[in-house]
Amino acid sequence: MTRRTRTRLSRAIANVIIIVLGIGMLYPVAWLVSASFKESNTIFTSPGLWPTAFTLDNYPEGWRGIGIVSFGTFFKNSFMISGLSVLANVIFCSLTAYAFARLRFVGRRVWFTIMLLTLMLPNHVTTIPRYVIFRAFGWIDTILPFVVPRIFATDAFFVFLLVQFIRSLPTELDESAYIDGAGKFGIYTRIILPLTVPALVTTMLFSFLWTWDDFFNQLLFLNSPDKYTVPMGLRLFLDSSGISSWGPMFAMSVLAIVPAFVLFFSLQKYFVQGIATTGIKG
Amino acid sequence: MRMQLSRSARDNLTAYTFLAPWLLGFLVLTLYPMIYSLYLSFTEFNILQPPQWIGADNYIAMFGGNDEVRADPRFMNSLWVTFRFVFISVPVKLMFALAVAMLMNQKLRLIPVYRTLYYIPTLLGGSVSIAVLWRRLFAGDGVINQILDLSFGIQGPAWISNPKYALSTLIILAVWQFGSPMIIFLAGLKQIPDEYYESARVDGAGPVRQFLSITLPGLSPIIFFNLVMQMITAFQSFTQAYVISGGQGGPLDSTMFYSLYLYLKGFGFAEMGYASAMAWFLLIMIAVLTAILFRFSGSLVTYGSGE
Repeated sequence: MTRRTRTRLSRAIANVIIIVLGIGMLYPVAWLVSASFKESNTIFTSPGLWPTAFTLDNYPEGWRGIGIVSFGTFFKNSFMISGLSVLANVIFCSLTAYAFARLRFVGRRVWFTIMLLTLMLPNHVTTIPRYVIFRAFGWIDTILPFVVPRIFATDAFFVFLLVQFIRSLPTELDESAYIDGAGKFGIYTRIILPLTVPALVTTMLFSFLWTWDDFFNQLLFLNSPDKYTVPMGLRLFLDSSGISSWGPMFAMSVLAIVPAFVLFFSLQKYFVQGIATTGIKG
Repeated sequence: MRMQLSRSARDNLTAYTFLAPWLLGFLVLTLYPMIYSLYLSFTEFNILQPPQWIGADNYIAMFGGNDEVRADPRFMNSLWVTFRFVFISVPVKLMFALAVAMLMNQKLRLIPVYRTLYYIPTLLGGSVSIAVLWRRLFAGDGVINQILDLSFGIQGPAWISNPKYALSTLIILAVWQFGSPMIIFLAGLKQIPDEYYESARVDGAGPVRQFLSITLPGLSPIIFFNLVMQMITAFQSFTQAYVISGGQGGPLDSTMFYSLYLYLKGFGFAEMGYASAMAWFLLIMIAVLTAILFRFSGSLVTYGSGE
């Protein structure tokens, strides 16, 4: 066997393994989507993907939610919390990152080290005091516990990501803007922000996804169904509806992951860059 | 008379203005809560009444109790469950990620497509949707058992409701999401020059030898990085155990993750002092494990020269 055929053979084998494994990995997701189009009583009769009794009814039925509150409300709440979190993260994490990456000041190294340490801090040590504080402020059952911490750039991961990115930018542009009379804020808005767009998109993407899926804090801070987000709505639906309504349950589960899918497929490049350059957890 | 600030004082003022939101957030939303929860960990606190100082009783209860303080075996159990989850799921996940990344690294034309498809489980895995799905897939009459029955004639157990198997469904769910470390490994593998492998082949090194002497040392900083990050994340897993066990960590506490028990203690039973003690022990445990890994890595991780 020549070297060439051997390479070809090993590539072919690699392709086959990857495809077979890939099908296995994606099967659960495909099954979820197909189950959402099956009538509830036929869902568990076979592991096949093609619905024997195709129906669209699960979607409107699921959308009605638990009667008093529909999934429309849950989606509205989720988009509100995630959208504002994204906005706050983009503005305040980049502001902080600019200071760490470009400005000279007393104590910079110390603060930067502290910021890196907060990256590794398990949230649990701050959860209970934060709960006590937010409760004292009367913020339970509002969006404030989700949005306000973001205004203070508490998502250190994005600060770190943006610092790394800004440091890789050449400083000549800053200097020429400075000579043209721009202040620090002018340099930030006119030079740094436009050049940081790729990292800002990565920040937006992961801010959105992690807030959307952040079940723990939603469980803590939201009490009444009309304030519930999509994950909370799903859980409520799971608890309150009987075994009979798996179809609508799966239909809403599919809708809940649609935003993630849309973002992922439209902005793939930023995903891969973000993960490969900074090693995003996941 | 106008005060004339020196250049460096002005620079400091500007910089701290930019830093103000983060700094304030750090002091009020991170540092103060840390100190407060350390204090709470030595108290009995149910949020309605002021905290009562009880010394180290919470910690004593966690670790076996004594004559006055009753031991809390559920804590030890949750620690054990979490350790098994972390120390099985993380290595298996990383091995999978590395194996698939190496398969893909053979200059396959479809890498971008594969990379995308293999990332989908990671993209969705943290959601309640997938947890709900998992609960049904691994039910006694669920799809997994149907497939086992149809293709191998095996009668699978009721995974989710059997204390012997419930944790394994959560481990499978965690391993399933190997997309992120895979992408990181793939990027790392591309950094290893082809010439290394060619000269190794010339010297007669087989694939195993090449893997041990070139791939592993070349990737060691990345493996180490992935290990630390995945470990920290895995210790804090919550959502999937919560949804799959219906919020109870069952059956028989077999999926009672550390975070889940902390949540139940603090917010279910309103024992916030105890939950704070648990939070602090988690912090110390993660810090110690990370420190051990760093020490250990000194001898094993090779950082490339140059670049």
